[in-house]
Amino acid sequence: MSVTVRIPTQLRPLTGGEGEIVLEATTVREIISGLESKHPGIGERLLDDSGELRRFVNVFVADEDVRFLDGLNTPLTPGQSVSIVPAVAGG
Amino acid sequence: MTSVLGLACRECGRSYPAEALHVCDFCFGPLEVVYDYEAIKSKISRESIENGPLSIWRYHELLPAHETSSVDLGAGFTPLVRADRLAAELGLGELWLKDDTRNPTGSFKDRVVSVALAKARELGFKVASCASTGNLANSVAAHAARAGMSAYVFIPSDLEHVKIAMTAVFDLKLVAVEGNYDDVNRLCSEIASEHPDWAFVNVNVRPYYSEGSKTLAFEVAEQLGWKAPDHVVVPIGSGSQLTKIHKGFQELEKVGLIEDGHHVRISGAQAEGCSPVTTAFRNGADQIRPVRPHTIAKSLAIGNPADGWYALQVVRSTNGGMGSVTDPEIVEAIQLLARTEGIFAETAGGVTVATLAALAREGVITKDECVVAYITGNGLKTVEALGDTVAPSTVIPPTLAAFAEFERTQEGATS
Repeated sequence: MSVTVRIPTQLRPLTGGEGEIVLEATTVREIISGLESKHPGIGERLLDDSGELRRFVNVFVADEDVRFLDGLNTPLTPGQSVSIVPAVAGG
Repeated sequence: MTSVLGLACRECGRSYPAEALHVCDFCFGPLEVVYDYEAIKSKISRESIENGPLSIWRYHELLPAHETSSVDLGAGFTPLVRADRLAAELGLGELWLKDDTRNPTGSFKDRVVSVALAKARELGFKVASCASTGNLANSVAAHAARAGMSAYVFIPSDLEHVKIAMTAVFDLKLVAVEGNYDDVNRLCSEIASEHPDWAFVNVNVRPYYSEGSKTLAFEVAEQLGWKAPDHVVVPIGSGSQLTKIHKGFQELEKVGLIEDGHHVRISGAQAEGCSPVTTAFRNGADQIRPVRPHTIAKSLAIGNPADGWYALQVVRSTNGGMGSVTDPEIVEAIQLLARTEGIFAETAGGVTVATLAALAREGVITKDECVVAYITGNGLKTVEALGDTVAPSTVIPPTLAAFAEFERTQEGATS
């Protein structure tokens, strides 16, 4: 099942400048492992040592913060768009 | 000349140049301005500040932009007023109010925007932008107009009417987004990635922008005769203002202007309908769980506060307290402040005063403390929050008899 992932500026050096990546995944966790196998190094930017989302990383599935959903286990539906966004902004 | 050495990640310490960067490339942690405090110490003195302009720019040595590039509508150096009548009502002793309703666009945001756009000009930006709950929109619009920059401002579509009018009048692109502030903020973070040529004051220019809030500490210390208060109460939206007030007092001590900067207790004020930081404080949690805001205090309605974690650390480490107050308590507090001290605050001010009252009741703030409450925005911006609690006492025909009749109804009443 393919989903589109939006990549923030900070990670684009790792994706060869790509701001949008299409990959196969059924959960948010699979997105991160998919990104890591395509572009090694992304995983440690997003997950801390215990395998959880870093404090300052927000992931949105269809515009909803996954912390409101099922975190890394949040399921995806085909064609959904997922955004990775730095948390530190605003106020 | 500023004494900025660069930027550093608060989480992992990686260094970056003083450019339009706000997030660590490695861990996504926030970037913080790093100064050469020894250099500042050799240049700054109480006298040099006292001889400076009556604005935030009197503290330019401790700000990350050059005074000469400042975009100045006169932000800052607002009154610090003694509040004996309010103190008496709340059972407090020495109480002061930092009256930031008196800024050019009616809120403390003028401090941060003046710094942000000064830095943006130094970096060569021609477009100013922001995600805003309203006060920031007003301020960016006005300062961009003053600087001759064009502006894109993004707000939630359900903002108070005055905050929309006070932005749109400055002739800019005002984009109302169907969603809450957190939605607007997320959208702006994504737009910022696509428009690196825009200065988003609270995204890519945020490390400089947020430094402007330190002047809230600088001024209070100067106005108290170069000493720090014992306890301050600060509203929490993103948490940035509270952490920067803390940093401000510490910096004053670091550069030798005061001796007691590290003693200040810092308490935070939130609305019950949006209190993720208070909830974490009360639960002893080390994570801020985002919430969906539902409160009349729209200027504080940030469900996923960027600096919430750091604000929590400051409150804990300084032995402060936290409050979360209901919408009716906010309205009552706005009226209490107006009735006792003659200051008309917006809803965030109501949140602060209601929290001040709660912390006094709970004994967190004590009578022997010198307390400063930060009143950060003007009541004219959120008049609708008062609803039908503000109306004429009566409506009469233009006759003496009608007025006499009204006076009779008032006998014995507390008019």
